[in-house]
Amino acid sequence: MKDKIFKSFLFAAALFILLLLAAIVYALVSRSGETFQTYGFWGFVTNSEWDPRSATEEYGALSFIMGTLYTAFLALVLCVPFSFSVALFNGEYFKGKKIAGVVRSVVDLLAGIPSIVYGLWGFYTVRPILIDLGVSVQGFGIILSALVLAIMIIPYASSLSGEFLSMISNNLKEAAYSLGATRLEVVKHVSLPNAASGIVASYILALGRALGETMAVTMLIGNTNRIPGGLRDTGNTMASVIANQFGEADGLKLSALIAIGLLLFIITALINLIAKLVMKKLSHA
Amino acid sequence: MNQNISISYKSRKAKDKTLFMLVCLCSAIAMVPLFFIVWDVISKGYKNFNFRLFTEVTPSSMDALMATTNGEPIPGGIINGITGSLLIVGLAILFAVPLGLFIGIYLSNNRGKRFARLVSYLTDLLQGMPSIVIGIIAYAWVVKPLGGYSALAGSVALAIMMLPMIVRSTEETLKMLPPAYKEAGLALGASYTNVVFRILLPSGFGGIFTGILLAISRVMGETAPLMLTALGATVVNWKIMEPTSAIPLLIWDFYNDPNLVDLIWSSSLLLLIVIFLLNWIAKIVARKWNV
Amino acid sequence: MERINTPTAQNAVLQLKDVSVSYSPGKYAVKKVNADIFPHTITAIMGPSGCGKSTLLRAINRMHGLYANIQTTGEIILKGKNVLAMDPMVVRRMAGMVFQQPNPFPTMSIYDNVLAGYTLNGIRLNRNEKDEIVEQSLKSVSLWEEVKDVMNKRGSFLSGGQQQRLCIARTLALKPEVLLMDEPTSALDPISTNKIEELLLELKQQYTIIIVTHNMSQAARISDNSMFMYLGELVEHGNTTQMFTKPKHKRTEEYLTGVFG
Repeated sequence: MKDKIFKSFLFAAALFILLLLAAIVYALVSRSGETFQTYGFWGFVTNSEWDPRSATEEYGALSFIMGTLYTAFLALVLCVPFSFSVALFNGEYFKGKKIAGVVRSVVDLLAGIPSIVYGLWGFYTVRPILIDLGVSVQGFGIILSALVLAIMIIPYASSLSGEFLSMISNNLKEAAYSLGATRLEVVKHVSLPNAASGIVASYILALGRALGETMAVTMLIGNTNRIPGGLRDTGNTMASVIANQFGEADGLKLSALIAIGLLLFIITALINLIAKLVMKKLSHA
Repeated sequence: MNQNISISYKSRKAKDKTLFMLVCLCSAIAMVPLFFIVWDVISKGYKNFNFRLFTEVTPSSMDALMATTNGEPIPGGIINGITGSLLIVGLAILFAVPLGLFIGIYLSNNRGKRFARLVSYLTDLLQGMPSIVIGIIAYAWVVKPLGGYSALAGSVALAIMMLPMIVRSTEETLKMLPPAYKEAGLALGASYTNVVFRILLPSGFGGIFTGILLAISRVMGETAPLMLTALGATVVNWKIMEPTSAIPLLIWDFYNDPNLVDLIWSSSLLLLIVIFLLNWIAKIVARKWNV
Repeated sequence: MERINTPTAQNAVLQLKDVSVSYSPGKYAVKKVNADIFPHTITAIMGPSGCGKSTLLRAINRMHGLYANIQTTGEIILKGKNVLAMDPMVVRRMAGMVFQQPNPFPTMSIYDNVLAGYTLNGIRLNRNEKDEIVEQSLKSVSLWEEVKDVMNKRGSFLSGGQQQRLCIARTLALKPEVLLMDEPTSALDPISTNKIEELLLELKQQYTIIIVTHNMSQAARISDNSMFMYLGELVEHGNTTQMFTKPKHKRTEEYLTGVFG
């Protein structure tokens, strides 16, 4: 009897997650309804105009979608050489060694630093460097945010892909070595192909992190409501525009910001799904 | 072995060595930012890292300006943020930990079932959700209906963020326990409930507790969702229905107020110390109660 | 036995001189082993588990070089050259190895698996050369007929015995001087085991084979010479028939009669 109650209680708890997600979707959809009714889904997504002045009020998400894609993908590209190296360092070259543990702990700590502290560091330390280098006059913009974002996602990209690399069996690697291969050749022909889906999935998840990152980007991207003209330009991401303008928003503007939140939710959900599918392919191989 | 092959051996070896050195170099570079950030925060923050930080509330912009023009250090501290963080995170723990534990137990005991797989997938989805979106949710659920910003709204947001982390660590830990534990308990005639509470949870304590600590450290520094929910306050507040500050919220305020800039670094230093301490304790717990 | 040459040290293809292997300073897994291996023979290394037989085998193609803490001393002369003084990459191509667990590369097709040695070593071949090597190697392990129509399937789709023969083909494709086999049939069923044993007797015509086995009857069935190792030492080395009928050492006799093992 007691067991039955307890088990149904556990089931109820699990059911709660389902309800939670449903309620999240409902809240986002219902509170952004006004925007989509006014502009239509595509009208909102493809419009780059963001004008809160009451006389000419008009809201479109394209500028922020583009800003998000620019920063996130640049960050992903910038993070690859480093996260990939860390993954190889921990999962292949120094697998199981003390030094790998040290590197892993240090990189894990990077994941622990709050976004706002990254923002401060980017603002006070990295930005002046970019100004000195002549990247832009103010330093703010896509490059600065992507640079800091890249550092922020290194732990996410490296820990998972390192794990997949370390799961490659010694048996397989020894087979390659016994044929006279160098370590590079083993990595290239055995480790990487065998861990490929896992590594790809970990970079997709890292991209998801970069897309949704808020505070650091808000502090560094320059907050201009238009499509960035290039990497040196300033802009706004979907997350940063919400953080910046939510406090003073009401009416249609609030609904438009929540609509952007809904878009962001959809994008990250899709990213998650893709990563899942890629990993599933791995388990079938 | 002819000449050609021995030359190719040389170049293959050179490439091999180059990759190794690149990997070491890039790994080293990847670690540099951590030290820079920590150094930055310590070197700029230690001056204002004093007793007052823990005892006084945030000064007004005006007081700070007066102090700086007189060449004095900025008066005040961040006690309102410290208590606020304690209140909001504490409430979030109350919401997220029991729920997360139960869902984790459910998932570890119903592996492979369709519903469990769905729940597991949704947990991942929740974990990947941007914090700002969670802020919007808590705003829509709590702030709007109750007509105002509050510590409660902030803690709902943080609880949603903690939940998937706790579910995952609970599930993973219980999965790693040998099935014999459970079977031995059941074979002795213990009820399932007793097996869970007397055998599984105690033996998985290390992993589960580590997961909870890491979840706490992760939400401790969250700023964006709190901006939309708890808003901030200049006084110490223990009422859950009132706007409340938190350490990261104060850092954001200081960042935006040129007169209070000096307090940024000491507050960040405190935040980092708390987070690293939690991480460190989590590591020790994980090592001590290793299953 | 149809041995052509009389076994003298001069025509040994492989000579082990005072070979010792240690996993940590002062602790030897293999102690001062001396042995000559002659061409076109099968030598079986036997002994209870932990006696160092696999360790000795892996010393020959420098597998220990992959792990920093393992030290190999003495001399291992392969075709007149000390492999311990050579580049491990060269040694490993000269001494092919087959492992206990069949380990075809799961991301490569059967075809690519046979050619893996060439791919891994960065040797470029044209289509005809590739086809020829693949056909020849697969024929030499009697796998050609079974897989010639599924060349592009992954090696992991084959049965365990087929996988192991594929791994042997992959090793033979590089034309090694000796073939080292580390309990190659211990993960296989009796029928597959039988096939591999027959294969080894055929391969003996062209190759020199050293096989580590925990299976005494296997050693008796296929080997010309046997080595019995105990606690890292080579207790006895000689003609298999002689060793099985009239062992010189008490330890060998005890092992062969099942007193321990």
